Amino acid sequence: MASPATPRRRRPGRAAVLAALGTALLVLALAAASNGAMRIPFSRLPALMFGAGTGAEDALWRNVLLQVRLPRVLLAIVVGTGLAVSGAAMQALFRNPLAEPGLIGVSLGGALGAVAAIVLGAPGLAVIAPSAFAGSLAATLLAYRLGGRSTGVAGVLLAGVAINALCAAVIGLFTWQANDAQLRSLTFWNLGSLAAASWPLVAALAPWVAALSLLLLRDWRAMNALLLGEREAQHLGFALAALRRRLVVLVALLVGPLVAVTGTIGFVGLVVPHLVRLTLGADHRALLPASLLVGAIALTLADWLARIVAVPSEVPIGIITSLVGGPFLLWLLARRGTA
Amino acid sequence: MTDRARMLRRRPLLALPLLTAALGAHAAAPAAPRRVVSLGGVVTEIVHALGADDRLVGVDQSSLHPPAARALPQVGYFRSFAVEGVLSLRPDLVLASDQAGPPHALQQLRAAGVAVVMVASAPEVPALEQSIDTVAAALALDADGLARARELRRQLDAATQPVAHASQPRVLILSSHTGRLQAAGEGSAPHALLTLAGGINAFTQPGYKAISAEAVAAARPDAILTSTLSIHAAGGVAAFAAQPGVAMTPAGRAQRVIVLDDLLLLGFGPRLPQALEQVRAGLFGAAAARPS
Repeated sequence: MASPATPRRRRPGRAAVLAALGTALLVLALAAASNGAMRIPFSRLPALMFGAGTGAEDALWRNVLLQVRLPRVLLAIVVGTGLAVSGAAMQALFRNPLAEPGLIGVSLGGALGAVAAIVLGAPGLAVIAPSAFAGSLAATLLAYRLGGRSTGVAGVLLAGVAINALCAAVIGLFTWQANDAQLRSLTFWNLGSLAAASWPLVAALAPWVAALSLLLLRDWRAMNALLLGEREAQHLGFALAALRRRLVVLVALLVGPLVAVTGTIGFVGLVVPHLVRLTLGADHRALLPASLLVGAIALTLADWLARIVAVPSEVPIGIITSLVGGPFLLWLLARRGTA
Repeated sequence: MTDRARMLRRRPLLALPLLTAALGAHAAAPAAPRRVVSLGGVVTEIVHALGADDRLVGVDQSSLHPPAARALPQVGYFRSFAVEGVLSLRPDLVLASDQAGPPHALQQLRAAGVAVVMVASAPEVPALEQSIDTVAAALALDADGLARARELRRQLDAATQPVAHASQPRVLILSSHTGRLQAAGEGSAPHALLTLAGGINAFTQPGYKAISAEAVAAARPDAILTSTLSIHAAGGVAAFAAQPGVAMTPAGRAQRVIVLDDLLLLGFGPRLPQALEQVRAGLFGAAAARPS
């Protein structure tokens, strides 16, 4: 089937843009990995990477580079990828520029699971992460079940809003019940961080995110058809109910574990697809893979900033993404107002 | 190194027996750590109380006392400190409150070859004494430092002996940094402080909870224990006591408000004797404050 919504205006070639973004990501990742609170001479990096270092400082540097910094840069890439591609899919499905993965309850459901684990159970990622994942799946499932009765996507969207409000209320209840120590943990969890990065975590998340992202990318034709309208997409032969179910399930499965590991990292899923759309156009064949790469770039950059602006302490990454994302959204709204 | 030890080193022959004794003690313990990062406000206070401030190369955000600690490099809040930030200070010892974390970050420190010693944090006298011992042992203190540790424990023991008073005043521990009143209940550090001082907490729920003006009035406290920042936010003791709810209590009418520095009230650290003295002075008068 041909793409029903091929952009008219000449845009830069898809392959060229994706190659440029991929190169930019690679360069940025190397820069982020070579730079941090610990000053490691740039010239020593190759030797340290491949284990040839024998100097007095080399053992410590190697440890920092390989066990602390590298998994963290990779986690930023994995998380940024997943959040941005999910955001693009949600905006396509709901035909709404303000849609993001959190809309269907993934983020606040996950937060609720984490908060419940912190207040009721034992702290520690081993308890918090599964509980957060369960929370995000449950919230999304509920939103989908309750909102899916009506045709179209408005029902799911409204149910998502209601479930989010409910989650926020229960989080409030837990927060009110929490003791001082728990309260501190809650605050830091809500601000989001990639500090949990480790090799096993990256090894578990990377294939998961890659596989689910590819499954989302496969639906680019249907997402293009949705640009015309829900009814038009159905007339073009896309089964809307099945598409809706598939996208919601994929996004929940994709974003749930990310929220569980990093806490809520705002705005990447919302802002990155817009950035891409403004420069590349709305053709999802280019929009989805480009969002994926720009998401990885954005989060790698944000985490790099988070690590180096307040050395030797760290700024929560959620603050940095929202600090950049908030003004961007305002600008977007202002533009929409004048257009 | 102390002056005495330095003197001993200069005249080894004169002090041979003492020197061998000192060497023997050193052989048992590894070399004293010189670059220490402290994660936790009370941990930093203990290091300070033991006279080992000069070994600190980094602290966390909650390390506000002594003021000199605020000038040291900060590695973030102790519950979510930055691993690489700590490592970049090249510590040979990290003293971490048992609330410090995340656990994963502590593991990474250990994996990088840094000695990590956990320090008890519960607001109880035995835990505090234990944490003083833990820090003293981890720092491999010299004779001077050990004497300080002993003196600190002696003061703690003396200050926390139960004292019989004619009355046990009912006290509400209130803070209000934003205009909303908050009470401290069971399990909190100020509750432990108040109980040791001989008062009864008029607020019985666990932890810190928002409390309405009506509930403050209903609690009928004889005195109110609060912090410098809360008084500052209210605009003075008179304004604090005149707040709705507070004004209707016996404490409010008599303006019986005991004001402690925030860190002293919330910390439950090595300055506990000082905090107890201030609370007792407020409850029973200056004469009763100092234990014999």
